Amino acid sequence: MSETDAHSATEDPGARWLERLEPLLLVAVGGFAGAILRHAVAAAFPGGFPWGTLAVNVAGSFALGALLYEAELSGRLSAETRLVLGTGFLSSFTTYSTFAVQTAALSPTLAVANVGANYALGFVAVLAGRAAVGEVTG
Amino acid sequence: MNPFLLVGAGGVLGALSRFAVGSRIPDRQRDTLAVNVLGSFALGALTAGLAADAALLTLFGTGFCGAFTTFSSFAVETVELYESGARQEAIGNAALNLVGALLAVGLGGWTATALA
Repeated sequence: MSETDAHSATEDPGARWLERLEPLLLVAVGGFAGAILRHAVAAAFPGGFPWGTLAVNVAGSFALGALLYEAELSGRLSAETRLVLGTGFLSSFTTYSTFAVQTAALSPTLAVANVGANYALGFVAVLAGRAAVGEVTG
Repeated sequence: MNPFLLVGAGGVLGALSRFAVGSRIPDRQRDTLAVNVLGSFALGALTAGLAADAALLTLFGTGFCGAFTTFSSFAVETVELYESGARQEAIGNAALNLVGALLAVGLGGWTATALA
């Protein structure tokens, strides 16, 4: 057995430990950044109607639609990129629980408007994100 | 403590917890429904129970629950269901997340008030 074989990555317990830890670190880094940016957007929209949550949900749906479409279309997107940007950043940037709590606190008319806006614009944003990727990649 | 650091720390825990639930529930729509309903229950309870404690509400509410639940994955998965021809399932998924989360918010708030 050669020197390099004896020290290959899979045989080294330290390297194996890092390999297991890597996805968790990627999700954690993305989750940290996504939550902070969501908080910053919410702070930029003070007032009665939850515009901040609507903005992050629509923008995040656009970006995740583009990201996953790109992954499917070209296969160029690495598993690491999907973890840090998709599972970590965009999934933490957007939120369902805050949307639900804010909807429950609104008057019935505004609650219906909030659900309609998040749902309709969120779904359209997924399609628009894909279309944008199609435009860029031709 | 800086509220942005609290939100970020909660966001790390929320994203990792969602990732852990996802690795236990391989079905993507059920996985997302589970975190959205569970997280809405928790946020409903925290909002009612921790109204006076801004720092804890920022850490666990805005940070943890906000990051644990997700709208973008829900939107992408619902569109994918609809496009695959499973239109009723897509509409059902959209309705289940909404009704489930709203009921969970109410139940969470009721639980926190009852325990206080």
